Amino acid sequence: MLKSQRAKVIVVAAVLAAVAAIVPSTNAFVILLATRALAFSILVMSLDILLGFTGLASLGQAAYLGVGAYLTAILATRYGFGLGLDFWLVVVFGIIVGAALAAVFGLLAIRATGVYFLMITLALGQCVWGLAYRWNSLTGGDNGINLRERPRFGIDLAHDVTFFYLVFAFFAASLLAMYVLVRSPFGQSLAGIRERELRMRILGYNTWLHKYIAFIIAGGFGGLAGVLWAHTAGIVSPENVVLTTSVDALLMAVLGGAGTLIGGVIGAFIVFGMREYLSTIVPWWQYVLGLVYVLTILYLPGGLMGIPERVRQRRASSHDPNKLVLLPGT
Amino acid sequence: MRNSASGKIFLGLLGGCLAFAMGQSAAADELRIGYIAPTTGIFAQVGKDMIDGFQLYLDEVKNDFGRAQVKFIVEDEQGKPDTAVTKARKLILQDKVQMFVGGLLASSGYALAPVSTSEAIYVIPVSAADDLTQRQLSKFPYIIRTGWTSSQPSHPFGQWACDQGYKKIAAIGADYAFGYEVIGGFQKAFENCGGQIIQKIWPPLGTKDFGPYLPSLKQDADAIFTLMVGPMSLQFPKQLAAAGNKKPVIGGGTSYDEFVLPSMGDEVIGHVSALQYSAALDTPKNAEFVKKYRAKYGKVPSYYSETNYTTAQMIHEVLKRNNGKWPGGPDFIKQLSALKFDTIRGPVSFDDMRNPVQNIYIKKVEKKKMFGYDKEELWNTVIKTYPNVSQFGQFDKAEFLKQPVYGRDFPPCKFCE
Amino acid sequence: MNTGFWLIQAFNGVSFGALLFLVGSGLSLIFGVMRIVNLAHGSYFLLGGYVALSVIWATGSWALALPVAALSIALIGLLMERIFLRPLGFDPLRQVLLTVGFAFLFQQAALDIWTGNNFDINPPEVLTKSVAVGGLYLPLYRVFMIAMALAIGLALWLAMERTRMGAAVRATVDDAQMARGIGIDTSRISMLVFALGALLAALGGVIGGAFLGIYPGLDFEILPLAFAVVIIGGMGSLGGAAIGALLVGLADNFGKALFPEVSYFTLYAPMALILAVKPTGLFGRD
Repeated sequence: MLKSQRAKVIVVAAVLAAVAAIVPSTNAFVILLATRALAFSILVMSLDILLGFTGLASLGQAAYLGVGAYLTAILATRYGFGLGLDFWLVVVFGIIVGAALAAVFGLLAIRATGVYFLMITLALGQCVWGLAYRWNSLTGGDNGINLRERPRFGIDLAHDVTFFYLVFAFFAASLLAMYVLVRSPFGQSLAGIRERELRMRILGYNTWLHKYIAFIIAGGFGGLAGVLWAHTAGIVSPENVVLTTSVDALLMAVLGGAGTLIGGVIGAFIVFGMREYLSTIVPWWQYVLGLVYVLTILYLPGGLMGIPERVRQRRASSHDPNKLVLLPGT
Repeated sequence: MRNSASGKIFLGLLGGCLAFAMGQSAAADELRIGYIAPTTGIFAQVGKDMIDGFQLYLDEVKNDFGRAQVKFIVEDEQGKPDTAVTKARKLILQDKVQMFVGGLLASSGYALAPVSTSEAIYVIPVSAADDLTQRQLSKFPYIIRTGWTSSQPSHPFGQWACDQGYKKIAAIGADYAFGYEVIGGFQKAFENCGGQIIQKIWPPLGTKDFGPYLPSLKQDADAIFTLMVGPMSLQFPKQLAAAGNKKPVIGGGTSYDEFVLPSMGDEVIGHVSALQYSAALDTPKNAEFVKKYRAKYGKVPSYYSETNYTTAQMIHEVLKRNNGKWPGGPDFIKQLSALKFDTIRGPVSFDDMRNPVQNIYIKKVEKKKMFGYDKEELWNTVIKTYPNVSQFGQFDKAEFLKQPVYGRDFPPCKFCE
Repeated sequence: MNTGFWLIQAFNGVSFGALLFLVGSGLSLIFGVMRIVNLAHGSYFLLGGYVALSVIWATGSWALALPVAALSIALIGLLMERIFLRPLGFDPLRQVLLTVGFAFLFQQAALDIWTGNNFDINPPEVLTKSVAVGGLYLPLYRVFMIAMALAIGLALWLAMERTRMGAAVRATVDDAQMARGIGIDTSRISMLVFALGALLAALGGVIGGAFLGIYPGLDFEILPLAFAVVIIGGMGSLGGAAIGALLVGLADNFGKALFPEVSYFTLYAPMALILAVKPTGLFGRD
């Protein structure tokens, strides 16, 4: 088991290195897409910590992306802050603001589980959306906020390739951080909570606190994703916090495979690729996407990352596909 | 390859033929025009008019702009500014367009302007965001507007309202940049000649149910000014009438524009609005355009159709003067702004801030027959024309630019309780 | 702001609540019986409107559109439950995600079949008038919406309280295991309730179509409102759905009229707070 784990890590690292090497030499549009997918992937991975590792399915993660993005946009356009070396400060603020929001929301949400948790995170996400949409004086409402320029501090981020590398670096760092987290004792106890919360409580774990901390961490990463997203897209609007964005993140995590971190990234790339690339070539791409979702959910509970496992299981002859519940229950 | 004399001659001839052929195709340049409009979402109807207008002109000249072949690429922006930006980037980076045209909402205009470059200029037939050609012009050297600014029709309209004897007006308009600018312009002009705006209500863009807002309308107003777009234009007058309104209703041009007028009922007869176009403009040029458009698309053209048709015409004119060769973005802009046109909407020229100077028509909804059609229909009859109106209207340009752009709270509502 | 203002706003809020009851009651029942959060519910609403449009275009009859739309979408709901949701067994998360996948498919299909244009469902002439009551103008269509919601609500209540089937449904909501134990075919109940939910949503779409219009994106716009109804009113409770719908309709209306800057917040914040205190909603049972 340890051998295959190390093998997995090496494969992932190799693929990422390949991506970092190949993408900049493709055309400018692909670079842009890859940057967007990477920034959004940070959000999806943060959701995976909740979904795949703690067993909490949230329909409101876009809220954290939103606050990070709006913070960046407001600071940049209203106060001219964050466009130089102070960009790094904005990154820190983004993480803090995401985590802080999660801390507040978590107080309301963590008591619930399963479907009820889903509903309450949906409601909380909608609160943030409502504010973004109607608090015109702060957020510009429907118009959103345009970020005219990217930060410049020695390196000019207006240059698309340079920016790609920056986002890639953040992405890799986030992935590494989350990986270390889920393999740490804290991460192991999260997995324990996912499997059998009652038992964990009997064993003396403060499961509420564990879940709460996981929720805050996810919020922090969401905020980071938001800061990067603001500069990638160049415009922040209520669309970033609308329900479908949270649904997107959830679907990407499930598509790629919950509980694998990298699965979410695969899911993100597939969806972005289809949505923005395939859509310009064929008009029926959304059927493909919808069908992929439906089929994955029906037949691939472990998502795409679960395919090698399924193949291995099938080879080991006797098995029952329905027992393969790699997704947390209620 | 055998190294023989005949071989060399053959190659030489082949090479010559190729060179000749390439020389010929170089004369037929390709002009790649990217078009950004909502083809899905709540503004799909409007987007269709925009594209149809442009396409009508392209079909008439068979995509031949003075010997340049036009490649027309349409992308859906869904009425969302961030989608518009993504699509614009795709058009520029992937399709390598020399210009991108379109963008519906004012917010889309503000979002798209920064994306323009010297290799890919932005031509704006619809998005009426005021500041693009006012205070923010210097930030965007690669844009030019062939349509209008939101407040352009409002300035003479405010004067007209005073002339009608209205003293107090309550305004209700969509809560976004376009709404602020149309109503703001009207307020400035109306209060400048002695009128008072006593209320400003802002339902969100896309509101269908005006129930929460209608009862708040002040009863002591002499008239109601409405600024509606898209599906709001259809719903609002119905609900206003159903709520028992008896006051005169005036509004921004998009409230009664032909994109929605055919679907409206008798509740809008007598409503007055201001715009640089009306399908009922009784000129031979317009009559011909209306008949052509209606024959092809089955509906009367809206201002969205006209402005895009005219824009295509203008682009063609510049290309003609360059023998079908693309003169490069900055030069195109310079040439276009120096031209004067006699268009379907009347005479159009450009001011020194790359925005049109044109007629503004005050139009009233009437039910009648026009252009030889045998049915009585709703038409925006032109009741007054203000010629040569620039984006600054009756105001001094320098003074105007000193004040902030029209916003939710500008001009401030001095007479609101 | 005189009494007229408050009365009209209240009336508007109640009429919007009537529409929300149609959408929300189905969602609430589906949740109560099957514990599924049906994220395709908004799609049923929208599809109901689209089918009604086609019926009206083909036959010119608005009255015919109502049952045809309702029944056809009920059929779709039934098929979806039978073929796709049933095999997943009891795995709420996957079922929720499956409904989302379908929501996207429905969205694309609707776009292809009916195009991206905005439509209005035009009700019969008589309903477009207003009736003057004591100086206030009440649009008849809103009165109609309230009347429909009352009629349907009454029919549902009678079915739930007075019929064997209704009793079986209530038993299943209360305790599915026990219900099976006493011989109730909960699988069949699930199927019927899902179809009923779809029917109610579709009906809401037809009725709402004259009010809100029918256009792409309406599905995901109406969904959070339906959720607000279910959450505030309580999951699985019909009476709760009625009260929830009323509250949401009034909150939405007054929120927009009085506090436009935070109007959506005033709607969803109470929702979140209620859930925090009572995760099953105000009148929910678990």
